[in-house]
Amino acid sequence: MKSLKAQGNVLSDSEHQLEVLEKASLWTPFQQQLDELDLLPLRPTGLHIFQVNIGKMCNQVCKHCHVDAGPDRKEIMSTETMELCLQALQANPEIGIVDITGGAPEMNPHFRWFVSEIKKLGKHIIVRCNLTIILANRKYQDLPDFFREHGVEVVSSLPFYTQDRTDRQRGNGVFEDSIKALQMLNAAGYGKEGTGLLLNLVYNPAGAFLPPAQSSLEKEYKQALKEQFGIDFNHLYTITNMPISRYLDYLISSGNYQRYMEKLTAAFNPSAAYNVMCRNTISVSWDGYLYDCDFNQMLDLKVSATSQHISEFKPEELNSRSIVIGQHCYGCTAGAGSSCGGATA
Amino acid sequence: MDNHYYNSDDLKKFGNVGEFQKELADKFFSYYGEVFKDSALSAREKSLIALAVAHTVQCPYCIDAYSSDAFEKGWSEAQLMEAVHVATAIRGGSSLVHSVQMMNKVKEIAM
Repeated sequence: MKSLKAQGNVLSDSEHQLEVLEKASLWTPFQQQLDELDLLPLRPTGLHIFQVNIGKMCNQVCKHCHVDAGPDRKEIMSTETMELCLQALQANPEIGIVDITGGAPEMNPHFRWFVSEIKKLGKHIIVRCNLTIILANRKYQDLPDFFREHGVEVVSSLPFYTQDRTDRQRGNGVFEDSIKALQMLNAAGYGKEGTGLLLNLVYNPAGAFLPPAQSSLEKEYKQALKEQFGIDFNHLYTITNMPISRYLDYLISSGNYQRYMEKLTAAFNPSAAYNVMCRNTISVSWDGYLYDCDFNQMLDLKVSATSQHISEFKPEELNSRSIVIGQHCYGCTAGAGSSCGGATA
Repeated sequence: MDNHYYNSDDLKKFGNVGEFQKELADKFFSYYGEVFKDSALSAREKSLIALAVAHTVQCPYCIDAYSSDAFEKGWSEAQLMEAVHVATAIRGGSSLVHSVQMMNKVKEIAM
């Protein structure tokens, strides 16, 4: 399977995606929902999380990927841009968490150097590891040890605790390799009581529906993974699929688009709207541009500020910016809410 | 436009039944909500039971609602189908077991 970009699919164009989403006039504009809650313009509550997408290259081609990542994507962050990120991080102690994502961020050849440099700044580091990368090549097999040495928190997608659903979303053989990788992470101390090494899993619905309740699903995951594979982990994050990129393509081609958008809008939850992750996060793309979140990044909706690049990082201005919103934002406010850290309401 | 007794959009109006009798509707929905909560049985298990019962009572609204709900709660296609087979077996068996009465009667009157 190729990325939408490699296929020449019109949905690889962010402008086309926005046209599709904004045509969604059948549903109440997201802006109006926030206006009714007196949340407009949507402002940040602080600048605590620095989420950096260091490349679209990935060893997997998941059907729901909002990044349209894959082996055919070559866009990765350069050391020069990483240096600029490090300078911004050093100058801003308010930022406590650096969340490294991709693609498979480990495929960026400068990944380990970047993690080591962030560690020196005393920041808490999260790596969004797709698990299978650990087994993809011998050079990645020591990643669990590398993560442990740098005190990295590992957040990994495992759409379900059964092979069928996981492989359906992420590709054949992904479940089996993910289980092996989780066992390797456990062997390094990850997810084990008393080690302080955090291993959190992410659930994404394998279809056109919303996630079930996070706390009860976490119990089921823990029981199933422990009984069947002896795996331990810390927390499960349920994340709603955003109607963007490959998931948007799936929704449209399967005839589910309208029904899914109706579900998202009908499930709008004001509590989740107050807690959207863009209020305390800044997202940096592989080429150094600044966005309110990883989803806006993929739609090429840059921050509303005079400086939109990491080379001119102005925290005061960013802290008072008006966050860019659109119909896709319903994905973060439906039901129990959704963020890179799971449910929000 | 085709006219049907059953319309899938009507499922969304289920909550409106209180329009004609609010007190009883409120009591029903409150009870319904309680029934499906995690308790001695999990909400996930209850959803699968609901799917089987939906097929037994042949309610298209319930089948629509609980096919989605049970799948969303993680039951596989094979598990959903096996639940329907349980309903089918009980439904079929309930007819067949009455044949004992038929046999009793026939044996009573036959020469």
